[in-house]
Amino acid sequence: MSGSEGGDGGGQTSAITVIRRETYRTFHDGLRVALSTPGVILLASSAGFGALSDDAGMSLFNALLMMGTFFALPAQVVMMDQLTRGGSILAGAAAVALTGVRLVPMVVTILPWLTDDRPAVWRRALAIHAVAITGWLEGHRILPSVEEGRRTQVFLGIGTGLILTTQLGTLLGFVLAGSVSPILAGVLLFLTPIYFLLSLMAASRRTMDWLSIMIGSLMGPAIYVIAPGFDLLLTGLIGGTLAYVVGSRFDALFAAADEEADE
Amino acid sequence: MSEGFLATPEASLIIVLVALLAHEPFRWLGVYLGRGLAADSEIFVWLRAVATALVAGLVARLVLFPAGALEVIPLTTRLIAVASGIAIFFAAGRQLGAGVFGSAMVLLALGYLFH
Repeated sequence: MSGSEGGDGGGQTSAITVIRRETYRTFHDGLRVALSTPGVILLASSAGFGALSDDAGMSLFNALLMMGTFFALPAQVVMMDQLTRGGSILAGAAAVALTGVRLVPMVVTILPWLTDDRPAVWRRALAIHAVAITGWLEGHRILPSVEEGRRTQVFLGIGTGLILTTQLGTLLGFVLAGSVSPILAGVLLFLTPIYFLLSLMAASRRTMDWLSIMIGSLMGPAIYVIAPGFDLLLTGLIGGTLAYVVGSRFDALFAAADEEADE
Repeated sequence: MSEGFLATPEASLIIVLVALLAHEPFRWLGVYLGRGLAADSEIFVWLRAVATALVAGLVARLVLFPAGALEVIPLTTRLIAVASGIAIFFAAGRQLGAGVFGSAMVLLALGYLFH
């Protein structure tokens, strides 16, 4: 699904499971995710955020603070965008909230992996703070193979590793953006949208997901021209609902066709 | 760029408040709902579609109407880089890294060529 690390896809045999069990056992093992392919991508995209912050006139301290407290790049970019353009803080918060809604199903689906060792409330709060697209994908990839009773520990390691990665990335991007050529700075800024888009595609499985991406990309700029300030909100609600309605019909149709073919 | 509100301690306060009041609660809500709701229930399928469309809309806006230094690179170049990124992503068997870095390389090369 995540397809981020070649060679181990779909390994269901017990031998592989045993090896994996030995691979991820502790907080420390979790930290290593920072050095994997998704970790490097996250480093690059948080460098994109750092560059964006510098571009918007944010202080380095505030950029690092935002990266740490939100720990979700889309929300950060939305908020910064709103503040730079002098929009109201309340409208910014509303748009942030809408991007935050997508974290709900992520937490709901990762939670079954984080209850096995009955973590204290503060440890669970820390663990779920790390839930964003990368942490979620990596959690689903790694946690099933971790021995019961150790999963929260490992996930805390994954989260800490990813948070440190994004702090470093933000710092690098912020410093580099001011000192590299304009084109290189442009490329740094470009990392954010392309990372978002391809992450959405990497997580897409059914027709509905692809429809949401297509409708959202077409509708977003159009609504931005008509009703700037509410564009993200409206694109999400109208475009997403449209994709949901049409997509569920299509997916049901495909499912029915598959069943017929099986008979 | 600006003498910037975004560099002030007041902005720090707003960042922390918005994160704590408008963003983090969704993670807690997930914990609360996760006790009773199946992750594949219809409401989440719908929410997922809404969030996907919202982020896709943000991507399209960032590419078509960039706010800062990305403006230096012409629109056509930006669109070619996005299209190449998608193509490389699929050609590499849906590898996120290949797509992101490939797309950035295309943008860098074209940026220097046409600048």
